[in-house]
Amino acid sequence: MIIGLDVGGTHADAVLLSEQGVVKNIKVPTDASNLFNTVLTCFNLLLDSTDISKVKRVVISTTLTTNSVVQRNLDTVGIIVSAGPGIDPMNFKRGEHYYPVSGSIDHRGREVQPIDAGEIAAICEEMKQAGIRYVGVIGKFSPRNPAHELKIKSLINDDFDPVFLGHRVSGNLNFPRRISTVFLNTSVYSLHRNFFNAVSDTLKQKGLTIPIQILKADGGTMNLATSMEFPGQTVLSGPAASVMGAIPHAPTDMDSLVLDIGGTTTDIAILVNGAPLLEPVGIGRGKYKSLIRALQTISKGIGGDSEVTVKNKKLKIGPHRRGPAMAFGGPSPTPTDAMIYLGKMEDGERVLAEKAIAMTASKLEVPNLEAAQMIFHETCARIVEMTRKMVDQINSKPVYTVHEFLEGYQINPRKILLLGGPASFMAEKIQELSGIETIALPMSSVANAIGAALARTTCEISLMADTEQGMVYIPEENYSEKISPKYQKSDALETARIFLERKAIMSGASQENLETELIEFQEFNIVRRFSMHGKIFRIKMQVKPGLIKDFSLAAIL
Amino acid sequence: MLKASKKTGLVFFPAFDWAIDPTHPEREERLLYTQDQVMEEGVFDIEGVVEYKPDIVTAHDIQRTHFCVPDEASVTTESHMISAGGAAAIARAVMEKEIANGFALVRPPGHHAMRMVHGGRGFCYINIEAIMVEMIRQKYHVRRVAIVDTDCHHGDGTNDIYWHDPDTLFISIHQDGRTLYPGSGFTGELGGPNAKGSNLNIPLPPGTATEGYLEVIQSCVLPAIEEFKPEIIVNSAGQDNHYTDPLTNMNFSAQGYAELTTLLKPDIAVLEGGYSIEGALPYVNLGIILAMAGMDYSRVVEPDYNPEKLKQPSNVTDHIKRTVRIINDYWSKRHEMREKSGKPGTIQERHREIFYDTDNIFERQKEKIRICRDCAGAMEIDSQAMPGTRVIGIHIPLNACHACTETGYDMFEQAKKSSRHDRLFLQNRPNDQYIIHDYKS
Ligand SMILES: [Zn+2]
Ligand SMILES: [Zn+2]
Repeated sequence: MIIGLDVGGTHADAVLLSEQGVVKNIKVPTDASNLFNTVLTCFNLLLDSTDISKVKRVVISTTLTTNSVVQRNLDTVGIIVSAGPGIDPMNFKRGEHYYPVSGSIDHRGREVQPIDAGEIAAICEEMKQAGIRYVGVIGKFSPRNPAHELKIKSLINDDFDPVFLGHRVSGNLNFPRRISTVFLNTSVYSLHRNFFNAVSDTLKQKGLTIPIQILKADGGTMNLATSMEFPGQTVLSGPAASVMGAIPHAPTDMDSLVLDIGGTTTDIAILVNGAPLLEPVGIGRGKYKSLIRALQTISKGIGGDSEVTVKNKKLKIGPHRRGPAMAFGGPSPTPTDAMIYLGKMEDGERVLAEKAIAMTASKLEVPNLEAAQMIFHETCARIVEMTRKMVDQINSKPVYTVHEFLEGYQINPRKILLLGGPASFMAEKIQELSGIETIALPMSSVANAIGAALARTTCEISLMADTEQGMVYIPEENYSEKISPKYQKSDALETARIFLERKAIMSGASQENLETELIEFQEFNIVRRFSMHGKIFRIKMQVKPGLIKDFSLAAIL
Repeated sequence: MLKASKKTGLVFFPAFDWAIDPTHPEREERLLYTQDQVMEEGVFDIEGVVEYKPDIVTAHDIQRTHFCVPDEASVTTESHMISAGGAAAIARAVMEKEIANGFALVRPPGHHAMRMVHGGRGFCYINIEAIMVEMIRQKYHVRRVAIVDTDCHHGDGTNDIYWHDPDTLFISIHQDGRTLYPGSGFTGELGGPNAKGSNLNIPLPPGTATEGYLEVIQSCVLPAIEEFKPEIIVNSAGQDNHYTDPLTNMNFSAQGYAELTTLLKPDIAVLEGGYSIEGALPYVNLGIILAMAGMDYSRVVEPDYNPEKLKQPSNVTDHIKRTVRIINDYWSKRHEMREKSGKPGTIQERHREIFYDTDNIFERQKEKIRICRDCAGAMEIDSQAMPGTRVIGIHIPLNACHACTETGYDMFEQAKKSSRHDRLFLQNRPNDQYIIHDYKS
């Protein structure tokens, strides 16, 4: 059996799955001041009357790190950056103890200016004085050559534990995001460690001895040990859980859209032949912008509880939520009130819903029924419009080769999968407006927990080989080795695959779930003065997000 | 979060899968390290910096600018159409006011491509700036355009295309033609009889450093632009005058490029040459981007930058001062030069020989232009390529006067009677029309 648990902002969902399907599903309110209690409550309810020894897998998704970012409840940490030429690194200052230092590496990974050990020693002293315990070290172009990050770590390692390094988080180039990512890992580390150690210990006491898995923003999982080095990867895992929960219902031979329609927002993700699309560089959203692998989702302020306003006889839905629908005692009219008035929803106080619609109708100067229909139509139309925009945006994203420009994959969604409270009431209208087959998922209210339960372990590596320099590197894995001038594409691919699989197993993957995928391959000649001096290979490979194989999905469908 | 003070659009199209040949300087990874630098700096995360996908231009877009022999498909590849489309995408976004300005980092380049195209010249086949300019003239009714070509090589292609056009101020700043390909672009090359002085060629001696470039911009280029009052300023932003460039002998720096951009304030910048792909391009392009976005670029410095070593010798400085005086003198006399250049209504002829170094083609041209004070003048080019074919191209300019339009049609009817040519083209810009006449059929 498998347990999936998704602790969200307002409530927590948990499921217990067996080969026969969903054995048990629960929903409890989230105690934001004590997430540990919420987790514990879920396990107590789920495992009550269950044979614990039969549980083979536990996956947890929480808003722990997301909350700490929102509430700025972060540890005071030290950040050391070495930048070299370019944009002033003070623009990327994170936290109060931020130290740009000398030392510079260029785009080929060559040292331009060395690290100044004396300067680092002085900063080390200053941070110790300030009582700092955790430090992040980030170098510009460290994925091309991590020597400076490693050097700085060796100089301060005795005084701080742990020291987080930039080149470990991603092979992608983006110095400001590397700084943000390391800052996040460093400053949520102790919170994450204390929380999950407590969860793990408690589960052990209950007799649940299997290692727990933690859900990441890319819709994959990692084990406890891996999460201690990259705790920031758990940020925004909630939306990823819902997307993963839709995958069992997604067609595998065409593109589809997942729409999670909540009270405040609607989140959209895209599945290409059943596999979710990832952000190209990492999370792109506002304050979370980072190198953290994430599903590509957009979130807009429109949902069942969005405030309905009228300005100059024009209807506007959202983007704010003032409270619940008026039918549930809220302050202003909402799409939910319209759905109740129209008899689509059974719950709530019909009288109050009628009052909400009457308010809007008088401003629009139309009969009540027409106003309700307009609200419902406008809500669905806005949701359809935002999905179109997202698809257009992804289809028009820049490409860098003639081949991709001419032959590049264009997303063409043929099915819409709806999740969330109002999903079942809106499916028909959304299908009508979009012209795309639309279904509301069965058990859509716990799809997120099911998604967490079934998500496979994912990871990514980047490999670079430079036959002129005679070296192959996998920066995230601190791997480098000499290569011969005859080194070729097949060698590079083989090395990448071995390291990727090793990393996945280390992160908790099982052998049968290593679905690897080459996501980037580039090969260039190095030419100096009209003659060939070598080759550069650049490879990115991933275990792609998806569902574990060793479990029958038939029962869930 | 970092914010641009001017909303700037970027098209980045490195064409990683296209090269003239594997060891050619204009090859696949020319922009690889630039991409690395731009990505690592997080440029696309800056608020107010917008990345655009290039458009792809059509044969019809090319036909407003070029006579391609025998046709567009034979002398271009998709790479050229996308490269020109990159510039076009930026131009569209600027004209639609989505962005304040924009920079197309595209390859292959185009500024050596002339109006008549039998093949490749100086790694160029079609002129991406000219195609873009004619697109915005067509779609947005822009009339006056300034193109400032700061590539180290003379922008002889753009110079040729706008030779007769008084509505285009074309200024090329380049290394002296006696010391560098293509060997042209001397101060006396000022444009045709209808446009004298609207082409300014500013040759600079080898060893010109940042101070020399900025002197030319401030003392020549900016005053001319101010008087010309263009609606749009385009910069052909070649980067081969960098002190590390393997093909040239100048001492320009990344700081210098950024400063130049700040002074020139181009609405649209288009990458041209630049072959120091590791030592120059990553820093120069970053400098230009930040300057266009109105951001601090003071720390964009090449790792081996040494201002002492790049100091401009005093004889170079003196030489540049003399050139500036010559150019300014020509500029101030442009109206009287035009008056003296021929009697309106008459036809003036010129004979030229053009070498296509990239494709080893030799071309002989006889050009006829109607002297006109009301428009750019009807024009006929009789062109024989060796190896190749003999064609005639007739150009009726945008905003042509009635007399020149009639002259253009007459030229076309006359040319149809020829028995010595393989193809005849009519580029009718006022009608946005291009007619191909095959003699054999
Ligand atoms: Zn050049
Ligand atoms: Zn005329």
